[in-house]
Parts: sequence; C-alpha cells; structure tokens
Amino acid sequence: MTKNIYLPEMATIQEVIRETHNIMTFRVTLNNPEAMKNFSFKPGQVGQVSSFGTGEATFVINSPPTRMDYLQFSVMRTGEVTSKLHSLKAGDQIGVRAPLGNSFPYEDMKGKDIVFVGGGIGMAPLRTLLLFMLDNRADYGKITLLYGARSPVDMAYSYELQDWLDRDDLDTYLTIDAPYEGWQHKVGLIPNVLLDIAPSPGNSVAITCGPPIMIKFTLQALEKLGFKDEQIVTTLEKRMKCGVGICGRCNIGTSYVCMDGPVFTRAQLRQLPNEL
Amino acid sequence: MAKVQFIKSADVKPWLAELAKEHRVFAPSYDGEALLFRPFDLEQEIILDRAATMPPKKTVFPQSEKLVDFTYSKDPENLSRVKIDARETLPEGSTVVFGSRPCDARGFTMFDRVYLSDKNTDIYYQARRKNTLFITLACRTIENTCFCNWVDSDPCDPTGSDVLAIPMNDGYLLESVSEQGEKLLNSKLLADGSSRKVEADKICQEIAGSINNTKDLSQAPAKLLAVFDNMQFWEEVSAKCLSCGACTYLCPSCYCFNITDETNGMKGKRLRSWDNCMSAQFTMEASGHNPRPTKAHRLKNRVGHKFSYYPTIHGGVISCCGCGRCIKSCPAGIDIREIVLKAIDFEPAAVEE
Repeated sequence: MTKNIYLPEMATIQEVIRETHNIMTFRVTLNNPEAMKNFSFKPGQVGQVSSFGTGEATFVINSPPTRMDYLQFSVMRTGEVTSKLHSLKAGDQIGVRAPLGNSFPYEDMKGKDIVFVGGGIGMAPLRTLLLFMLDNRADYGKITLLYGARSPVDMAYSYELQDWLDRDDLDTYLTIDAPYEGWQHKVGLIPNVLLDIAPSPGNSVAITCGPPIMIKFTLQALEKLGFKDEQIVTTLEKRMKCGVGICGRCNIGTSYVCMDGPVFTRAQLRQLPNEL
Repeated sequence: MAKVQFIKSADVKPWLAELAKEHRVFAPSYDGEALLFRPFDLEQEIILDRAATMPPKKTVFPQSEKLVDFTYSKDPENLSRVKIDARETLPEGSTVVFGSRPCDARGFTMFDRVYLSDKNTDIYYQARRKNTLFITLACRTIENTCFCNWVDSDPCDPTGSDVLAIPMNDGYLLESVSEQGEKLLNSKLLADGSSRKVEADKICQEIAGSINNTKDLSQAPAKLLAVFDNMQFWEEVSAKCLSCGACTYLCPSCYCFNITDETNGMKGKRLRSWDNCMSAQFTMEASGHNPRPTKAHRLKNRVGHKFSYYPTIHGGVISCCGCGRCIKSCPAGIDIREIVLKAIDFEPAAVEE
C-alpha cells in the first residue's frame, strides 16, 4: 500500500524544555514503537509538526540521528501553530510527518575543518549536525562553533553550552550583541566576531544559519575570509504546507525549498532566481 | 485498436442515464449564467456548443477535501490527557465526466507529473484520478481566447481523456482512448462507427486548420528567467491585476493547495483546499516576511511556473493547456499570451557607456 504523505504519525511529547522567553524545545517519540524503531533521517532534514485542530508547521529535527531516544524540535513562538505548540506539555499528543527535505552534505564534509556560525533559533539545524559530528568525531578535522544571540537570555541550549566550551575537540565561541552583566564571552555582532576569530578557509566548510540580516553579513564576512561559494552551506526557510513539493508555494524558480532544500550551498543559491 | 462507436444526438441523454446507474456522471449545464459541470440530471439541458465557464477540475481535485479525520477523547485515568485518533479518509466510487474539452482533460496530465511522481504519490488524487473517466468533446468552434495549439495540443487532442467524442452533424463519433474508456462504449444505444471515421478525421483536420496561427514558445523558459529581476517589466504587465485569483481557480492546470484544520467539539478534520498564488497570504511567513510581496512578484511566479519552471522540470511540457479561461474571465483583461510573448521578445535596453 502506498504511503499517505499527508497522514502524520502520532507522537507523544516526552519532555518540554523552555529555552528562552520565546523558544521551547520538544522531545517527542512516535507512538508506534515500530515506526520509532525504523525511523531514520539525515542531519538537516525537517518535519511537519502538527497540533490537530490548529495545523502544521515546519521544524528541523535538531537531535542527531546518532541519538534516537527521541526526536527533538525547537519552536520559536511566532504564529498560530507555534503559539499552540507552546501551550503543550509532556504527555500531550502531536502529529509528525518526517523526515522531509534534503540534508547537510555531511559525507562531503568528511576530513574537512568545519566552521559553524549560528544566530538565535538558527542554532537548531546546526545543533543536529554538530552533535552528529561530535558523535563521529574522527571523521572530521577541526570544528569551530560561533553561536550568537541578542543577549544571554536569548541563547537556546544554555544547558549544553558549558560542555561545548569545555571540550578539547571543539572550539566554541559565544557572543551577544551588547554588554551584559556577568557575561564572560564575546560581545559583538556575529559577522564581526567571525572576522576576529578568522577561521582559515583552507580545507574548510562553513555552515551558517540565522535570521536573514545575520546571514547576509555572515556571508560577506566569510567571503572576506576567503571562503568560496562551494565552501558555504546554509538553510532556507519558506512558508510550507505539503512538505513534498506539490502544494506550490515554497519554490524559488524550479527549486522547492521543502523538497530540494532546505539545505543549499552558496554556489547553489547563486544559480536560483533572486526571490528569498 | 481503439473502439469506434457512433451515437445519435438524441441518444446522448439516455446513454448518460445508463452510465449514471454505475457512476457519478457530470455534464455541463447552466447554473444561472455559469456553465458548470454538474451532476447529470435527465431534466436538465446539457450544453455542448461552448466550453464551460469552469473546467471539471473539481471532479478529480475538489475545491475542498478532507485529508484526515481526527477525534479527541479524554483519558479516563487522567482527565488532563487528551488522546487523539487520526484517520485518513479516501474517496470512493467512480465518476464519468461528459463534455470536457481536450484542454480540460489535458490539464490533469499537468497534475499527474506532480501528484503521481516517482518521488511522491498523493493517494487522494490518485484514487480520484484512477476512477474518473473523461468523455471529451472535440471542439468545433474556436474562440478568440483559445490557444491550445501554442502549447502542443489541438482541438481533437485525446491526451488525458478516456473517450474522444467528435461532433458530427447528426451525432457524435466516440473513440476509446483508454481501456476504461472502451468499457464505457458497450451500450446498445451505440452503433459501430468505423464507417464514419474518415469523415470525423476530416472534421478534426478542418478545425485544426481554423485555429489561429501558432506561436513558438520554446524560448519562453529562458526568456522568462532573463526578465526575472526586471521588476519594471513585471509591474507593467501586472498593473491591471486585482489579485482576485479568478485565473487560478478557473485554470485546469493550476494545482496549488492549502492545508487547514477545522474543529467542532471533540472532532475535527484536516482539509486540503484550492489555494491561489495571486494572494499575498500564499507565501506570507509567520515572521511577516513575504518573498513575493507585490502582485508583480506573484504574477511573475504564476507565469514563470507555467511557462518556465514547470517545463524545465518536466521535459519541456508547458503547464498551460491553452483553454483561455484566465483571459476570458479576468475582470481586468490581462492576457497571459501577451505576457509570455512580451517576455520572449524582450530586449534589454542597451547600457549607456
């Protein structure tokens, strides 16, 4: 029997983590044990999460495929669906259609130095790949993480940051936009801090995700540092409904962000019409 | 070999009445001033001398259809817990559409490449498509909005149909196109039509000869991309647009949809409904950002999708069947043919040194 692409798997929220004033993280398991056992995905792939009665919205699976106790979604409260999701608690039922879309080119990144540049909720997709790489540490060269947010209280995953800072096999830099009492890390906008850290473009790949304005200036900074278009990977966002390239709203020319994306290299983006 | 039968004009309604015993039958009849595909009714006059106001799109792709039924139930052990049961609801039964035009039936082949692709199968669409048969009427009169010959079709094109009916002076020659169509041609009201085949072929040739000169649209995909960033071009061609969406709703090949939830007490449903790319909400993101903020951006995507992106993805096939409804029904008089031709002929102004 052909799979129904619109019928979600029922899932149970196991744990809710309040990350910031407007971001919550949901750890969920599929109710069907077989479906959960057989669930496989690649870092960067997304899912349609639904609250029945309100609707669906797209979120990246931000737990890595190497840690399958649960699937994790981080949700920034923005519209109707995200507001509804924020009202849910452990034990509540949601729908999940996943995995959807393409993934980070993590195979091509093997043997390379990796530079992660994440801003705000844009850290979510990077977290998947970062943890996947840390779980397969020998496959990758030097890993650098620059994670920025407006202020310390806007920083998601605060409970893991110390671990990331402490690790010998990961160079972590945290930054906030303006000075804040007690903050012991960098202060400054992400693109500027990136220029200070100045990772070598040599045998590197940079992966960046964040708000549009941050992406814009981060791309400029990476270019200044000598990163070529093929060495820069980012993820796009669009309004999506079906998630499988049918309903027709997330296309940029011939590319459907839900199906051909959300992950694109800067070189690929340059081939697309200008309609971000 | 195709089965060839003949039916006298007076026997059409009795034949449809026969078919209606096994299938839901739709045929064009007037609803006020609109000529629509409506459930067949012996009492109603069937209008076959002009193309319907709306194509029979909803017979395979309903304006709104249920994808999922869900119910909430309280957990008796823990009343703060709500259990949700979600079930798919697949369409059942078979449908025969009588009097569709070649452009109407061919429109579904544009859907097929997307809804029944090797990547994904839309099982709701698949169920209806498989069980909806088209007895398509070749066109004897060509309107000035018709341009099926620009998009690799013609007034006797059987693509996407199950039976092709060619109007003759005393009745219709019925040629089966598909196996399922052949099964529809077993009525005692039909007689062998092979002897009239030559006459019918001649009629088709005459009609094809009477349609306006064709245009070569092979440059459209590249040329539309070439004017993508020229917003002055798009602002000019969209200046009259009211963003009403009539062009999308009346289009046999427009297949975009929205998914929404509705609830009523402890029950609810997830619906799929026709959507309209000419509306600002279509691409509006929750953040307030809109990648297609003006009607110029939206018309650009509509024309671009049909004449550039879709052909680029699907082996050169233009996602327009040339029915001309978007031209005829546009309250502002926008003509998609003019836009495509203008893009093809567009020469960027020479840059002054």
